[in-house]
Amino acid sequence: MLTTLREIAHSRAGDKGNTLNLSLIPYNEDDYPLLVDLITAGRVRDFFSGIVEGEVSRYEVPGIKALNFVMPNALAGGVTRSVQIDPHGKCLSALLLDMEIER
Amino acid sequence: MVVKHAIRIGTGAGYSGDRIEPAIVLAQKGNLDYLIFECLAERTMAMAQQQKLMEPRLGYDRFLGDRMRAVLEICFRKKIKIITNMGAANPAEAANQVVETGKQMGLNGLKIGVVQGDDVFAILDWERSPLLEIPHNASAVKDKAVSANAYLGYEGITEALAGGADVVITGRVADPSLFLAPMIQEFGWAPDDWDMLGKGTVVGHLLECAGQVTGGYFTDPGYKDVPNPADLGYPLAEVFPDGGAFITKVPGTGGMVSVDTCKEQLLYEIGDPGRYVTPDVVADFSHVHFEQVGEDKVLVAGGRGRPRTASLKVSIGYLDGFMGEGQISYGGSTALARASLADRVLRERLGMRGLDTSDLHSSFIGYNSISRTFPPSRPIEVRLRVIGHVQSLADARMIGDEVENLYTNGPAAGGGATRSARPVLAIVSTLLERNRVHPQVCFREV
Repeated sequence: MLTTLREIAHSRAGDKGNTLNLSLIPYNEDDYPLLVDLITAGRVRDFFSGIVEGEVSRYEVPGIKALNFVMPNALAGGVTRSVQIDPHGKCLSALLLDMEIER
Repeated sequence: MVVKHAIRIGTGAGYSGDRIEPAIVLAQKGNLDYLIFECLAERTMAMAQQQKLMEPRLGYDRFLGDRMRAVLEICFRKKIKIITNMGAANPAEAANQVVETGKQMGLNGLKIGVVQGDDVFAILDWERSPLLEIPHNASAVKDKAVSANAYLGYEGITEALAGGADVVITGRVADPSLFLAPMIQEFGWAPDDWDMLGKGTVVGHLLECAGQVTGGYFTDPGYKDVPNPADLGYPLAEVFPDGGAFITKVPGTGGMVSVDTCKEQLLYEIGDPGRYVTPDVVADFSHVHFEQVGEDKVLVAGGRGRPRTASLKVSIGYLDGFMGEGQISYGGSTALARASLADRVLRERLGMRGLDTSDLHSSFIGYNSISRTFPPSRPIEVRLRVIGHVQSLADARMIGDEVENLYTNGPAAGGGATRSARPVLAIVSTLLERNRVHPQVCFREV
């Protein structure tokens, strides 16, 4: 069945300098293994191609059953000198949740 | 030393411009021991330093007076200690202001501790300090630099608290350290008890952005609903000597504290969750877990820590040219076509006036300014936004001026043009050996 991440998970964006991070947290902890399986760093990098430059790292956070995606060159120079309308990248967490997934 | 059974720490602000009312509610009804105001973002310090260069009696947080008038008297009467980094670039002058406010309120005996030593502009070895973001040494930005501040840990604050301060004012201190300091002071945790420092840092990290753990920055209608968001209350933690804590808020305030709000905030602005580096400890969030134990009450457990690093992070603010920007709106089914033409016309004109337009950034708000890869097919309104990072204020102004010219010299029916030109205060960072930085504490009294 095709659905979107928004139906099973939520996300928050954070920034430090030129680095963006996006958390991905399943509403139901039973869906954590599915996210670990499906939402790889490469898939997130491809999803944001044209928006986010550079590599994406993924961290598993077993205690709270969540993933953390870290993008070191995502913010066009960082909040202080970015030309983007959303220099922090705060809007990108909501975009991530539009990713289509099969479950 | 008498170790308390538990302490209650509230967050009165999570950034410089934050709402003030929730802090008053916390002071009145939170049964607090400490009220913390975290007001320094990465760039705020550089802006404050610039302000101090122009006017030596400024350079502290512009809402310091408003916040102190709102909570100082009630905190003094209830023996709630206030800790804040609102000193920014000028903690000494900020303390003068608090002394004045205390005098006006008749708070005889009010004691203010001032923590300084974060300003490392003079002691930084610019030639030999590699920047973390770009492949240069700090010397590459020194002639344009306006500030260099090290992130201090909890030490100066605990010293001020031990000296009897009712209010502690700092400059640059790492955000979680503002919250860790009272735990260390009250519970007597050893400076190398890394697991306890890790647990305290988890609590500090959850609290440091105020409303972001009580339902702010959270709502997505139909998916994540938050009750009474207009009256969003700010968080407080009840912390125990073993490092365990409850995150909660004042009953009756808006917002909510749930496992999900806590999970989102735990990972906010985090790189490797197993390695959250502060001046005090390298905290490990990997095994933190939450449990809903009551309405708006979440148990936090599982934080860990490893020994702190040998160096401190230093944030350097420097002037990096100017940003010029203009925006203009188009409506109707041909909006995008006219906005696109406007962008081409604008670039040609700016080129004719001698501006290098290859670095201009254009976007169409409502179409591709956020989601640049999957735009809708035919927006019925778009707003052209053109921005350029240039070297002179005159060039920056030219961009906005030419956008405004699109009213009478551009495609049909362009409206609502705005323009701006501002200096760019950029931030880079480097590291400085810890043993070269010395927090200093002094006291003032009303």
